[in-house]
Amino acid sequence: MISEDMSLVSDGPGGSDRPAWGADEVCVTFGKTVALDCVSLSAVPGQVTAVVGGDGAGKSTLLRCLAGVLAPDSGVVRHPPKERTGYLPATSGIYPDLTVAENLDFRAQGYGMAKQAASERASEYLDRAGLAAASDRLAGQLSGGMRQKLAVIAAMLHHPDLIVLDEPTTGVDPVSRSGLWWLIARAAAEGCAIVLATTYLDDAERCASVLVLDSGTVLASGTAEKIIAAMPGSLRVMPTRPLSAAARSWRRAGMWRVWDPEPLDGAAGPADGQMVAPDLQDAVTVAAVASALGDAP
Amino acid sequence: MSALAAAAKVTKRFGQFTAVHEVDLEVAPGEIVGLLGANGAGKTTLIRMLLGLVSTSEGEVTLFGDPPSRRTRSRIGYVPQGLGLYDDLSPEENMEFTAAIFRSGSTRLPESIGPSQARELVGALPLGVQRQVAFAQALSHNPELLMLDEPTSGVGPLGRARLWETIGDAAEAGAGVLVTTHYMEEAQECGRLVIMADGRVVAEGTAAQIVGSGQVVLVEAESWAAAFGALEQAGLQVALAGRGLRVPGAEVAQVLRALGDLPANVRLVPATLEERFFELTEQASASGAAA
Repeated sequence: MISEDMSLVSDGPGGSDRPAWGADEVCVTFGKTVALDCVSLSAVPGQVTAVVGGDGAGKSTLLRCLAGVLAPDSGVVRHPPKERTGYLPATSGIYPDLTVAENLDFRAQGYGMAKQAASERASEYLDRAGLAAASDRLAGQLSGGMRQKLAVIAAMLHHPDLIVLDEPTTGVDPVSRSGLWWLIARAAAEGCAIVLATTYLDDAERCASVLVLDSGTVLASGTAEKIIAAMPGSLRVMPTRPLSAAARSWRRAGMWRVWDPEPLDGAAGPADGQMVAPDLQDAVTVAAVASALGDAP
Repeated sequence: MSALAAAAKVTKRFGQFTAVHEVDLEVAPGEIVGLLGANGAGKTTLIRMLLGLVSTSEGEVTLFGDPPSRRTRSRIGYVPQGLGLYDDLSPEENMEFTAAIFRSGSTRLPESIGPSQARELVGALPLGVQRQVAFAQALSHNPELLMLDEPTSGVGPLGRARLWETIGDAAEAGAGVLVTTHYMEEAQECGRLVIMADGRVVAEGTAAQIVGSGQVVLVEAESWAAAFGALEQAGLQVALAGRGLRVPGAEVAQVLRALGDLPANVRLVPATLEERFFELTEQASASGAAA
């Protein structure tokens, strides 16, 4: 189903005239649990979008909808046909008892790729991701980082229109993570729309746009600049814990951040700390604090 | 005050392979030390030596001034990445079990865990709650040294900030904390960082000291995909950064040459901790290969 508000997107790096994939006001419930409550996301060709949140935030449920493996209770999901989607589930989708090369062969056959094209693409990606020497090793014997790189290559091998990656960097060391990010950038540069889930803002900061989920609801969304600009109130930094504002303060880099929903009046003195300009991590934390305070009785 | 855990010129060889090479590391009371390194850098071997689970080939390790032993290890609180809880016991039962093992300690759970959650099976609880239980368990015998492996993995933004409060409180109360992590978001919470590469310590200090005055070229191009292709073609390392590209290890002139006529804004910005980490790791593997 194609929604009426399907817009042509041309702004930003990698923007093109192609329509964005995505979800519009999607709701999913499992029994009595609301997994997603009216969540929207746009996946633009040539761009990477991060879905950020803790365990149970609804990231995997949203990604499963985008990959077309779960139908929402309500709302609209716009995704390409299954053979034009690449999906890496949280449990990596790699056969441990096949070799690296066999896994990719199998995938290419499944997608009906020409043998020559598939093997050229596979060897280029394996080479760039530092997996060429492991080509004949059983996938089950790879390190976590190598297995994740293989899984991402398998998801992008057939040059799909939309790639959906569920926590590709979890448990991956920084060196393998950089290889993974090269693969992701390469797929986006080829015009693919990419959506990935992560629990860390380290990953989100690399993406063109970010959707922050908490308990199935959207805490913040947009580019990092937009999320930072949309932060209500102001932020102070203090050397010690501000006891009077415990619920509105948190520890960061050995100091304390305090969020003031309303700007402090003129009486603010040195004891109130220093105003600081928020970054993405601050803005996201404030959104979570504001939501928690709003939920409080 | 003397170190809670110390390694002095510690080396560990497995056959021909040197996993850890003449490493010094100290954790003092009240400090949070972050240990960073890629897979194979030697972090796990170093920690296993500090705990006395692996012998040293050379050098000396001490826990609370003595060689590591069952007795000194009992003064440590440990939260492994897998949390180390019994999934088929409730949080209450997990706490009682730990208290029985250490023959002391509190069975008190954090206030955020209500009475009904305290009696549910751990395996059925959200990961964020499980992490709080694991922390409470690790802290229940008032350990003097905390060892944490990616302590806030799988937790949302506010939950992460609150867990760091718990860690910070323990440090302020005098415990030393040793954190291993792959994420710079966690590393920045540590008062001091130790970076390992190729079995050696290659940098030590605060995040700001380690990053220093390093700079990286940032490219904001009209078409990032075209810029990515051109920079790749020129053999440069390119990394996505929001709506721009970062080109670590390159000069502005090199980048401009690679971009040619492509319209782009090119400037120098401060390097990140992750970029500096990479530079150090690459230098170490290059000198290791040369040796």
